[in-house]
Amino acid sequence: MKLFHQLKLDAILLPAIALLICVGGWAMIAGRSKTTTFVDDWGDKATKTERFGLAKNLPSPSETWVASKPYIVEPFAKRGELDQGILRFAWLSLKLVAQGYAIALLIGTPVGFFLGLSKNFTRAFDPIIQILRPVSPLAWLPLGMVLFSGLKVMDASGRSVFGTSDAAALFTIAICAMWPTVLNTAVGVRAVPQDYLNVAKVLKLSKMKTLFKILIPSALPYMFTGFRLSLGIAWLVIVAVEMLIGKPGVGGFLWQQYNANSYAHIILSILTIGLIGFILDRAMSLIEGRFRTA
Amino acid sequence: MSHILELSGVSKGFGRAHERNTVLRDVNLTVEEGDFVSVIGYSGTGKSTLINLIAGLLRPDAGSVSMDGQPITGPGPERGIVFQNYSLLPWLTVAGNVRLAVDQLFPGLSESERAAHAAKFIDMVKLTPAAGKYPKELSGGMRQRVSVARTLAANPRILLLDEPLSALDALTRATLQDEIAEIWRNSRTTVIWITNDPDEALLVADRVIPLLPGREGATLGEEIPVEMPRPRDRRVLVQTSGFKDLKLRIVNTLLAAKKDSAPTVTRKLAAPDILPEDLSHPRESHLFNRPGPRRRSQLAREEMKVEAG
Repeated sequence: MKLFHQLKLDAILLPAIALLICVGGWAMIAGRSKTTTFVDDWGDKATKTERFGLAKNLPSPSETWVASKPYIVEPFAKRGELDQGILRFAWLSLKLVAQGYAIALLIGTPVGFFLGLSKNFTRAFDPIIQILRPVSPLAWLPLGMVLFSGLKVMDASGRSVFGTSDAAALFTIAICAMWPTVLNTAVGVRAVPQDYLNVAKVLKLSKMKTLFKILIPSALPYMFTGFRLSLGIAWLVIVAVEMLIGKPGVGGFLWQQYNANSYAHIILSILTIGLIGFILDRAMSLIEGRFRTA
Repeated sequence: MSHILELSGVSKGFGRAHERNTVLRDVNLTVEEGDFVSVIGYSGTGKSTLINLIAGLLRPDAGSVSMDGQPITGPGPERGIVFQNYSLLPWLTVAGNVRLAVDQLFPGLSESERAAHAAKFIDMVKLTPAAGKYPKELSGGMRQRVSVARTLAANPRILLLDEPLSALDALTRATLQDEIAEIWRNSRTTVIWITNDPDEALLVADRVIPLLPGREGATLGEEIPVEMPRPRDRRVLVQTSGFKDLKLRIVNTLLAAKKDSAPTVTRKLAAPDILPEDLSHPRESHLFNRPGPRRRSQLAREEMKVEAG
């Protein structure tokens, strides 16, 4: 028992058991293929494959693995626009998320500062923010399409590099991911202790110096909490966006494989999305922890 | 010659219209260059309001606060203030906190001169070994030393201390009292030290001024000069009859004022609603017909008046 604790086996063993239970449950409800050979009406030998089980079209864990293997063992392969290694798809999605997220932070942080600094600004804009905040990404995307309709940026050879759907995707990610940053920054700025501001006043710090030497460092832990939540939402939104506009990426891949009746790849995509989301969150909370001052 | 600091007829209140609560009323105070003044009073009587008025963080409702004959219009580094809760910036090291003041106030000096200036004041409060540490790694006494160093590094003409040591334990407080008194003996900056501890006031100050609470706001009482030689050794001093007399005078002045101003607040206390039952009386049925508790609200209403304080 002592060794058990020393090696922190419970930290590995317990999640492993839980995983096993979940995979077991999956295997139980998943369908099985059964191929039977029989003699048909014409006297020929024929084979017939039928699926059985609770959810007979759901691929079992082993079927999922077999079907997903080419995407996992060659994660960066590019066999076609919509047939790429899973990490290559993920990379495409991440690039789009990074752009949308950057826009969200660039807009959300200053807006949060204004909300935190000015009571009147808060009174004016808080109702609008509270109404826009719960709107689903699926609702924003069409609006983005309308807003940026006709937009087309072409490279030298005449290929479109940035079109309406790209702009709409960025717009949707940015507007959905912005809110946690806005609200947490506002809370952080409001929570700056009066004492710190008194220090700034006594030293006669200029407005800019007060902002950079007092307000921002003091609000930073709150801001990073907002940044982390925003990143989570941006990653959540990307899948929906890619599904709707059919861009290559994890979400696009998922939707395309659903249409192609290749259900194993849906599971592969879901697991990839979850895993990457988890890694992003861990990475952000590590950075967040570094900025925790008090 | 004008006084370095002069308050005349200063009043200050908070709140709006009919809820307005006057904190300070008709405060008059003159401080000369090099004075060490201690203002003593109960907590909640407006000591911090007074120091904020002098610092310029608050503006008086009536009367004037002036420095060198010029009215004070806002806070400034020439009136350095040491806050009760240290007010150190937690994301900066000890040196960083001091440097914030030095960099802001001496932009003409070179980088190395500013570093040397900051180091001098960190050394003055005996924190050189901890210069690279963050406030959260320091004890309360050390944090307050950093705050003193940061304030002194600004070369203030008046040093305002707002109950600087009241959050510290008695032993640390004694050490810091001696250290700040020592720093004052060397620098002779004008000091206004706000405290609620008569011993502290008598040990550090030349003049002790009681802040007397009153019904219409607090005001400053008659000053009590402390003519005891420096450096003052607390072990010797506390046994002298002069010290005891002065302390008694301060305490009596404050107590007398408190009695006059005893707030006549009557609070309504809600007494428990359920009346006690007499269990020695056997009652009839217990199982199905259990009588409910007798409530006070069914009897005549009672109100209790309680004198607060």
